[in-house]
Amino acid sequence: MALLEARGVNVVYEPSRGQRIWSVRDVDITLEKGEFVGLVGESGCGKTTLGYALTRMLRPPARLESGTITFDGVDISTLTGERLRQQRRNGVALVLQSGMNALNPVRTMEHHFGDVLKAHGREGEDLSDGAIKARGTELLGNVRLDSDVLPRYPHELSGGMRQRISIALALALEPRMVVFDEPTTALDVIVQGAVMQTIQDLQREKKFTAILISHDLGIVLEATDRVMVMYGGQIVEEQPSKDLLYGKHHPYTEALLNCYADPRADEIHLGGIPGAPPDLSRPQSGCPFTPRCPLALPICAEEDPPLARLGRGAAACHVRAPATRAAMEVSSVR
Amino acid sequence: MSADVDPAAGHVKPSGSSTAQPPAPSGTPPLVLQGVSKTYAVRGRRGALMTAVDEVSFTVAPGASIGLVGASGSGKSTLAKMITGSERPTTGSITFGDIDVGRLRSGGLRTYHTKVQMVFQDPYGALNPLHTVEYTVMRPCQNFLGMSGHKAMERMHELLEIVGLTPSAQYAAKLPHQLSGGQRQRVVIARALACDPALIVADEPVSMLDVSLRAGVLRLLAKLREERGLSLLYITHDLLSARVVTDHILVLNKGRLVEQGPTKQVLQHPQNEYTVQLLDAVANPFAAASAGPA
Repeated sequence: MALLEARGVNVVYEPSRGQRIWSVRDVDITLEKGEFVGLVGESGCGKTTLGYALTRMLRPPARLESGTITFDGVDISTLTGERLRQQRRNGVALVLQSGMNALNPVRTMEHHFGDVLKAHGREGEDLSDGAIKARGTELLGNVRLDSDVLPRYPHELSGGMRQRISIALALALEPRMVVFDEPTTALDVIVQGAVMQTIQDLQREKKFTAILISHDLGIVLEATDRVMVMYGGQIVEEQPSKDLLYGKHHPYTEALLNCYADPRADEIHLGGIPGAPPDLSRPQSGCPFTPRCPLALPICAEEDPPLARLGRGAAACHVRAPATRAAMEVSSVR
Repeated sequence: MSADVDPAAGHVKPSGSSTAQPPAPSGTPPLVLQGVSKTYAVRGRRGALMTAVDEVSFTVAPGASIGLVGASGSGKSTLAKMITGSERPTTGSITFGDIDVGRLRSGGLRTYHTKVQMVFQDPYGALNPLHTVEYTVMRPCQNFLGMSGHKAMERMHELLEIVGLTPSAQYAAKLPHQLSGGQRQRVVIARALACDPALIVADEPVSMLDVSLRAGVLRLLAKLREERGLSLLYITHDLLSARVVTDHILVLNKGRLVEQGPTKQVLQHPQNEYTVQLLDAVANPFAAASAGPA
């Protein structure tokens, strides 16, 4: 059985009366246990909002308008208060881009670990200083840090070390699913590579299900098993990560791929994506990529393309993945 | 990847040795750095010194495009600050023709800034959120070139057209928050171009932009260089963008120049271990792809 199943998720922001922004539109996601999935797209495409919706971390003015999110057989989309808090204990954890700046500047690392463990402590669990120290040391080991970091304060640590701490804290309660939202974007290139390597190793060791949200297709393709491409609040394509570099894809995916090149190649052709992302405060009809799409047909502006089989995955595109009457929707693709 | 799709209106080609050197404006001197070092006192430890830049020498010839690459803390931004005159070198000299940049005071700095301009990493922070695009771009025309309001207005429209904010009338009245990151960076570039500088120092100009917008800004920098004979000092940790806009590359590690040469050659055949490390750190799906099925 799948660990997480989201069906028809819609998220709306209502920043002021009468203003509505459809940030996530009719998204279906199924995550198998132990899978590492990437979520890519431009700024403002709704990828972070979707990550927050799946972890039930949305805050006003954002609201889960409709849809169900089933985590390990339980519908978590309607949980509130204490039940939601309990679900978070070894349920879902979140690692943020700026997580390293969320550490309390006047508390030691040991205190941070104690905080998390005590807040979600179970009855009869040993929460003595010694036990917390031991658990902290183990968690630091997971993220390749030494135990002498425990008595240190955030300002004594580098950005990369602090980001590793925020990963260790996220793993403290042994979550079954971890959402990494741009975990390395704020870090230096070399450190970035090392932290991503640690994340990949940990995911393989601990076998938790992971979602990596990033605008950097390069990082996502290196780390994940499957990648979902988001545009205008919708998932426009999903493919095994290995397949994304070959064959035909959704024109948006192809345009994103064109933004990358090997700096060592003999000839470099670097493409961009002309035009601007869609205005999410307007209702959409048809494919959201139509105005920027080089392959657009008249039907594209009129009819919503359903996700239909393309290669080993699926894409929502009238041109690349025309849906037949048999309507090969994602559910049957898997 | 399919070959029949060309989603971008145009492509950026690396400015390789094949392209002829663009015409340099006559009389533009080179920027010469000789044995430049910068040390900072370490706070809290008396007498302790931190060397940010260590004996760096290089020359930016008129019309050249030089990349300065390195990870955080390699000293590349400190160098940029010294070149633009906001920091002074501890030892060594930076000269631009007969101007000794390290000794400039406010008056001299002002003249210097009509020739050397800077584009910063963060287009969100580099623009006053309360000023319209029009005001932002007109100010240097009036301040540096002494233009009348009417002439400055004409020049502002011209500049916006040059950086691709067309039609310019549509953008002139906008405030920064009404623009995308890529558009903001274009405004910053338009402002830098206002006084017709000979050299632009660009410190990570695309690293805060979405990948989809980067190519556009890089293409603009390449175009400006070609059409206006501008020299470019491009500071980055992103080797791909360095490859696209520079001819020559300098690799900086812990304040020292560890490798330099033609960009393509350095990236294809890196000699220094640090350069290799930088190359490996770049998440590069295509490296894996070249080993996979064709």
